Amino acid sequence: MNHLEELLSSRASEVESGGAEKYHEKLKESNKLFVRDRLKLLFDNGDYMEDGKFANHLAKDLPADGVVTAIGSVNGEKVCVMANDSTVKAGSWGARTVEKIIRIQETAMNLKVPLLYLVDSAGARITDQLEMFPNRRGAGRIFHNQVKMSGMVPQVCLLFGPSAAGGAYIPAFCDIVIMVDKNASMYLGSPRMAEKVIGEKVTLEQMGGARMHCSTSGCGDVLADNEEHAIELGRSYLSYFPGNFHKQPPHLEGKLPSLEKSISEIVPENQNAPFNMYDLIDALVDKESFFEMKKLFAPELITGFARIDGRVVGLIANQPKVKGGVLFVDSADKGAKFIQLCDAYHIPLIFLADVPGFMIGTKVESAGIIRHGAKLIAAMSSATVPKISVVVRKAYGAGLYAMAGPAFEPDCCIALPTAQIAVMGPEAAVNAVYANKINAIEDPKERIEYVKEKHQEYKEHIDIYKLASELIVDDIVPGSELRHVLVDRLSYYESKEVEPPSKKHPVYPV
Amino acid sequence: MQEIKASMAGTVLNVMVGEGDAVTAGQELVMLESMKMEIPIEGVEEGTVAEVKVNVGDFVNEGDVLVTVK
Repeated sequence: MNHLEELLSSRASEVESGGAEKYHEKLKESNKLFVRDRLKLLFDNGDYMEDGKFANHLAKDLPADGVVTAIGSVNGEKVCVMANDSTVKAGSWGARTVEKIIRIQETAMNLKVPLLYLVDSAGARITDQLEMFPNRRGAGRIFHNQVKMSGMVPQVCLLFGPSAAGGAYIPAFCDIVIMVDKNASMYLGSPRMAEKVIGEKVTLEQMGGARMHCSTSGCGDVLADNEEHAIELGRSYLSYFPGNFHKQPPHLEGKLPSLEKSISEIVPENQNAPFNMYDLIDALVDKESFFEMKKLFAPELITGFARIDGRVVGLIANQPKVKGGVLFVDSADKGAKFIQLCDAYHIPLIFLADVPGFMIGTKVESAGIIRHGAKLIAAMSSATVPKISVVVRKAYGAGLYAMAGPAFEPDCCIALPTAQIAVMGPEAAVNAVYANKINAIEDPKERIEYVKEKHQEYKEHIDIYKLASELIVDDIVPGSELRHVLVDRLSYYESKEVEPPSKKHPVYPV
Repeated sequence: MQEIKASMAGTVLNVMVGEGDAVTAGQELVMLESMKMEIPIEGVEEGTVAEVKVNVGDFVNEGDVLVTVK
């Protein structure tokens, strides 16, 4: 090596070692990894090509200006990555930090590859704010680019530490946010700021901890146990997606489901007894292929990716074990986002319905359940990927609509023999129609008999064969054959191509 | 003190525990009826029932405390 190359080598190593030793020690104490160790785990063979390594080199104590931006392979496919270095001024953003992030976004857009944001940052360097906050190529441009890229290429956030204040918008605009339990946090105002500016006194976990966001706010999608787990989840998530919206999701080799029990055994005939929808999913999808989104948030609706005979699908299923499987404000939001994500990347949707309807009552009305439900229905209605509606058990009222009922042009609406489709269940309907007659009966025993009789009449009225006879459902399928039927139908629907009607864009309910 | 709350609005169908009972983690303490479905309400950690705040037939709103466990 000549003298210049020796100098280069030593300067490069210095940059690559990040901030001062004491900050590396702090990482270890919090069970956190150094940024370049995260990248070694993320990329195939730990290899990547970095841009902007010498950013802010003249400053001497801000190596790479606190962020690594690089291209490499994950699962054999090219991806771009932005990764904060929290050993450098707590991963805070200076002018060059922001410029590097904007450039890797532009690269991802030009190359049409996914972009991963490995976030671990205290936010903006207030001292540098004029150079990085308000300007055209300032921090706001990062979010503007995220919105531009949304639906073009997958954007994935792995949250390892804080994403404070404005920085919280990076996760907010991503398709998925994976948060490390106890370490990751997100908030517009820190607990310290909240105490000073509004007088509230809370802990970090309470204000914006990973668990809170994954279970209460819905801002987080997956709660990871630790950093290695988060990175593994990120790699796994990408395996369900094409690199960009021009391509189809990867089709792998099929595997049999993990659960031996037949679906016919899992679904009870009694419409009001809870059963575990996860059991049905396990009996339907390829073994170990279920990747759940927002598991801890609105658990009355299950959303997740899976493979059926190697083909990626998006599952939306009511969970009768939680709140009776009734749809609420949060479940409507959860479903709407998931549907849009699948539709953007050509992932067929399978709706598994066992739903008594949307929740009623003053609490949900004042929370706007009508407009949230409309949001869910609008997302489902406008999705042009293959849509399969499976009525597993009950599907009442707007619940039928929300789960891709016939009016919304699913490619098929099929029913299990246990299916019961109606504007409302027998108990509510009989009560509504015969209330006066029922109250007029004095003898309680006679009253019970009368109600029972009316229930039976109602059930015959909505008998699933009647509905099939009127072409309301396209087929009735035994649970034991459901997987087989879905495998075939997904294969037939592969060539589906529907043009959305010509207009600038819908005015979606929010 | 654990406050076991109603997960959704509904009526109290059955109260399965009484004051002083020992309960295990995740045990069903109250059964609500809502939207014509049976909605089990479980405790979180193990403990002893301190107070039962509702009676069968009561209407409860989402978030109302049903049972306290210490």
